[in-house]
Amino acid sequence: MSLRGTTSQTIGPYLRIGLEWMVIEDLAPKGVAGERVAIEGRVIDGDGKPVNDAAVEIWQANSQGKYASPEDPQGKPVEPGFRGYGRSLTDDGGNFRFRTIKPGRAPGPDGKLQAPHLSVTVFMRGLLKQLVTRMYFPDDPANADDPVLSLVPAERRATLVAKKRPDGTFEWNLVLQGRNETVFFDF
Amino acid sequence: MPNSYRRPYRDTQPPYLFPPYASTVKRAPSQPLVVLPHTLTELTAPVFGYGDIKETDSDLTKQHKGEPQGERIVVSGRVLDENSRPLPGVLVEIWQANAAGRYNHRVDQHDAPLDPNFTGAGRFLTDKEGRYRFMTIRPGEYPWRNHYNAWRPAHIHFSLFGQAIVQRLITQMYFPGDPLLEYDPMFTCVPDEKARQRLISLFDWESTLPEYALGYKFDIVLRGHEATPMENRR
Repeated sequence: MSLRGTTSQTIGPYLRIGLEWMVIEDLAPKGVAGERVAIEGRVIDGDGKPVNDAAVEIWQANSQGKYASPEDPQGKPVEPGFRGYGRSLTDDGGNFRFRTIKPGRAPGPDGKLQAPHLSVTVFMRGLLKQLVTRMYFPDDPANADDPVLSLVPAERRATLVAKKRPDGTFEWNLVLQGRNETVFFDF
Repeated sequence: MPNSYRRPYRDTQPPYLFPPYASTVKRAPSQPLVVLPHTLTELTAPVFGYGDIKETDSDLTKQHKGEPQGERIVVSGRVLDENSRPLPGVLVEIWQANAAGRYNHRVDQHDAPLDPNFTGAGRFLTDKEGRYRFMTIRPGEYPWRNHYNAWRPAHIHFSLFGQAIVQRLITQMYFPGDPLLEYDPMFTCVPDEKARQRLISLFDWESTLPEYALGYKFDIVLRGHEATPMENRR
């Protein structure tokens, strides 16, 4: 028998009450292999103002391109303590942050590999359902033929690629509207 | 590789831009969305375990020294996918206002009393049959500034993780017979009347505890895998 999915509703302004207990901004405790990366960004609304009540969640593979999920059929190990999931709640400046490892290349459609990326889910007051997007890493040669990035109109692809600051931190902003609006996916 | 997930049925999921809910106007994307194929990234999701939660997480009336004010209720139900498969191990997070319609949050300045014995947050990990159960207090209605004399119907926020990141769902549960529902732009955000009705919990005699608490039942359905070609032939 087929049921119909429950209707999504907004997270509202009081998300901290329910979600703050599981803020995970450091995804890679000691012993997790891979290149350490720090990611910072802001969520900006259509008036250019910071969004101070968003939940930004990331989901990623380990450095071998393996997801810590029983649904991943790849016979590769996952380090204990690596869940691959992060949750950051934006502060008054609209800022979110993660410390993690750069993911490896996970399989894509047709046996091709995907470029290293984070899956990003965003909830906030004013969104009746989540926004879904992806963050890629700059200067990664695999970006050129990533099967998902290549579906994005060329002139908008840069919105999905972080910028590397002189101190090595990756900066990636979520722009909800207007010029430089981040690409969001129909998921 | 697992199969892709079915796209939502028409009119059962809200749009991003819905001007009756004023906050959508500056936050909804204005550019077209790009259709995302379901790769291994989208078909997997984090796993949670009993180490992540405590027993008192599911009883919101027992998280402080004293008892909270208000009417105790049991809220329970099952988490299934669209193919009627119960989903075990789903992390369910809830949050809500207290009996007076006030959230324990700095942004909520509604002139109603806070309750020192009520935080309004709970967690549960669904069992093998996909069941969850919370003991809590019936939340109050409260005003908001979306439009003149706007009031939110009584509701409980629910957040769920499935087995795939595309199953992630945040929703709200309402109560039967609430006269505010028809005026609420969140409740009316989808055109499909049946989809709206499914957001309303049902009074449930079976889970009602004699001389203690009324029971409300709220089943939640996450997206299901598309049928495989073989299943289609059946």
